[in-house]
Amino acid sequence: MLAARLMRDQGIHVEGINFFTGFCVEGHTHAIRSSKQDKPKRNNALWSAEQIGIKLHIVDVIDEYKDVVINPKHGYGAHLNPCLDCKGFMVRKAREWMELHGFDFIVTGEVIGQRPMSQRRDTMPVVARESGAFDRLLRPLCAKLLPETLPEREGWVDREKLLDFSGRSRKPQIALAASFGFTEFSQPAGGCCFLTDENYTVRLNDLWTNRRTKDYELDDILLLKIGRHLRPRPGFKLIVGREEGENNFLNGYRRDFTHLFAVSHAGPLALVDGIANDADLDFAARLLARFGQGRDADKVTIEIHARGAAARTLDVVPLHRDEIPESWYL
Amino acid sequence: MSHHELDARRLLCPLPVIRAQNRMQDLLPGDTLEVICTDPGALYDIPAWCRMYGHEVVDTQQTREEVRITLRVCTPGDKP
Repeated sequence: MLAARLMRDQGIHVEGINFFTGFCVEGHTHAIRSSKQDKPKRNNALWSAEQIGIKLHIVDVIDEYKDVVINPKHGYGAHLNPCLDCKGFMVRKAREWMELHGFDFIVTGEVIGQRPMSQRRDTMPVVARESGAFDRLLRPLCAKLLPETLPEREGWVDREKLLDFSGRSRKPQIALAASFGFTEFSQPAGGCCFLTDENYTVRLNDLWTNRRTKDYELDDILLLKIGRHLRPRPGFKLIVGREEGENNFLNGYRRDFTHLFAVSHAGPLALVDGIANDADLDFAARLLARFGQGRDADKVTIEIHARGAAARTLDVVPLHRDEIPESWYL
Repeated sequence: MSHHELDARRLLCPLPVIRAQNRMQDLLPGDTLEVICTDPGALYDIPAWCRMYGHEVVDTQQTREEVRITLRVCTPGDKP
């Protein structure tokens, strides 16, 4: 947002590109969970583009991005975040878009030293090189600390009006935003990707381990964001809605999953991911009963819809809290 | 001029916008597209995207289960 505004202030025509990988945090989580009603249910990239008056192109890179997540050449950060590969990938996609649409150079909001993996002095040239953007990649917020790029040499951009931000502090950016009159801005600390989230990546690793393949589909990675995930044994797990918004979302998957819910008491919907036999489902019913309003009842009636089989109901005694080991929670 | 429907149920922000954006590129000026979503975030995102490109939001309807947003394609040249 800041970098684009700096360019606009130099009279340069700017259009935004936002890549959707499937791991983006904001939109999904806020849209799903009823408890986050206070958060604006909006796409921050669209909102930011509107604030600075530029067009935004949102590009679906879900399938292509898989290779970045599964086989990162530069490895992962603290969790499953392939930040350097990701940055190289996105700048490459931006470079392809630039060439296709007759634009001259790419601008990013990167700052030297801001991120431990992809925004270091030694890794920023890697992004420029591996993306194929080379000196058509301009980082206006820290350009004065970097070698001149093509747009500066050609005089398209006035280097003197570019900035020299560095380090992890966001104070200079926040001050710049204030000088532009931006009173609200999106996620300032790069925490907009689930691959940097420890809990999420535990779930993703568990998915890969239990499927014995390091792969995923979009629905897999969306469902990892939702509900409680409990794995009583290898082979199947339960995804249990935590509140109305999550239950509504999980409802949309009923046709694709074996699922169960209480009919005698209010309670959540649970999807069964994996292969569960009748004994597993009977046990899953007891486990699910623990999370509904019948948790302290002597008996809860659960309706079980196994894929490819007729629905059946089962009266169960809810599991006691002590019967659910912490290790089942993902 | 013709009317089209886009089923974006179960898709979450920003996928309904991406699907609408891609579908609108194939339509003619004056055509209408009714996007059916289950993500209430679409109520903000799709109109915001339309404002950016000059497309018209003809109607929005929201029920407990879903959101329906009807768009009219703008004139050529303003398309993404």
